[in-house]
Amino acid sequence: MSAGDTQKHLPLEAMHEEAGARFGAFAGWHMPLTYPTGVMKEHLHTREKAGLFDISHMQLFAVEGAEAAAFLSRACPLDAAGLGEGKSKYTVLLNEEAGIIDDLIVTRLDAERFMVVANAGNAAKDEAHLNAVAEGFDVTVTPLERVFLALQGPEAEGVLIGAGLDLSDLTFMTAAEPRQDWFATRSGYTGEDGFEIALPLGEAQAFAEKILADERAQWIGLAARDSLRLEAGLCLHGQDIDETTDPASAAILWAIPKRLREEGGFIGADALRRIIAEGAKERRVGLKPEGRQPVRSGVPLMNEEGRTVGRVTSGGFGPSAGHPVAMGYVATALTDAGTPLLAEVRGNRVPVHVHPLPFTPHRYRKG
Amino acid sequence: MSKTYFTEDHEWIRVEGGTATVGITPYAQEQLGDLVFVELPEAGKALAKGETAVVVESVKAASDVYAPADGEVAEVNEALSSDPSLVNTAPMGDGWLWKMTLSDESQLDGLMDEAAYKKSVA
Repeated sequence: MSAGDTQKHLPLEAMHEEAGARFGAFAGWHMPLTYPTGVMKEHLHTREKAGLFDISHMQLFAVEGAEAAAFLSRACPLDAAGLGEGKSKYTVLLNEEAGIIDDLIVTRLDAERFMVVANAGNAAKDEAHLNAVAEGFDVTVTPLERVFLALQGPEAEGVLIGAGLDLSDLTFMTAAEPRQDWFATRSGYTGEDGFEIALPLGEAQAFAEKILADERAQWIGLAARDSLRLEAGLCLHGQDIDETTDPASAAILWAIPKRLREEGGFIGADALRRIIAEGAKERRVGLKPEGRQPVRSGVPLMNEEGRTVGRVTSGGFGPSAGHPVAMGYVATALTDAGTPLLAEVRGNRVPVHVHPLPFTPHRYRKG
Repeated sequence: MSKTYFTEDHEWIRVEGGTATVGITPYAQEQLGDLVFVELPEAGKALAKGETAVVVESVKAASDVYAPADGEVAEVNEALSSDPSLVNTAPMGDGWLWKMTLSDESQLDGLMDEAAYKKSVA
């Protein structure tokens, strides 16, 4: 997307401009990439204190109706009926071939109401898919217009209390509706403790200002969001997972209950069962380049004999790790930690080895 | 006496006696953000004007730095191997990238001086 006027704009764009953000295009949106502090310090600040991210590009869907749970258990490999009220779960939308249409966080709000958080770039596709699956169920899927903020880092809870929002009762992957048309989960995309909070447009600026009045909090751009999630080993849909990858090769089978993998009932179940039985041919792994040169998305990976055995899907520098970090897919036989590989970067062969994920330990508040 | 020229691709080249020092401009480093790696050429490498001489890598992306003129690499800034952030903190000083001999100094005639460059990025 090149022309600025075809991009979607964040409701709080003026605040980001005021903060000196540099903008760039992401998933059709005009997004703050960095602030004057710079990506390195923004990244470290999030791990040390509290980083505020405007993630309003992401799409929330309200899923409501007598058959909401049955519908979600059809659309996703998820036991929605067994999900407790106020509980969130990471899941995916699969196509019939078990390819990943999108990855989602689904939260049960009450008996007949769920909240689904989807990726910006997939929002339209997800909505069409969900509506198609919804035919035959007593359920409605409603895209919500909200400002969506993430506050991530060890000081997030305290900063929110100072801003008048006490979410200290929540633990990792639980959620609440603290005010009318607000939605908050204790989760995120950085590996840190933190929260994601959706709220009505009219209340958002005042709330963001209250957060930023606390010196422990500052705006963090999309560039640091990417380096934080990469160190945390979390997938970016469209890069690390897509419709050509399945949950087994993407190494996210942990998100699918074993019973469901066997019994099925969700779209893509037969294909997934077959893939699991045959064994995935390749698997997503962490990759640590030796030295300081980053290896990035699209770089081919070779074994020591020079045969192509995989590819890098995300890569960059990990400011907290202090070295380059990457993830990608390699042939299943080469997925053991420590396996030496070569990444071909501009004609040079950079030694890398398979590294356990995450690169920086998760620090979720599990209660 | 030295003279500094600027390219449209945001390199600077400072000519002093027979050699020239090349780097990226303050504007360029600001656009790139924090650098984490600089891929430097070998001394002695022949460079053609417009050819990629150096690759600078930020947290997020890799960007080419082009040779502003024909010549040969005389020396590279080895300090950048351990501290690439020198390019951010002192792009026109300690963050220089390489020194080169020039085959034809008149190739620089078409480049901008500092005032013209500053106007172009204002």
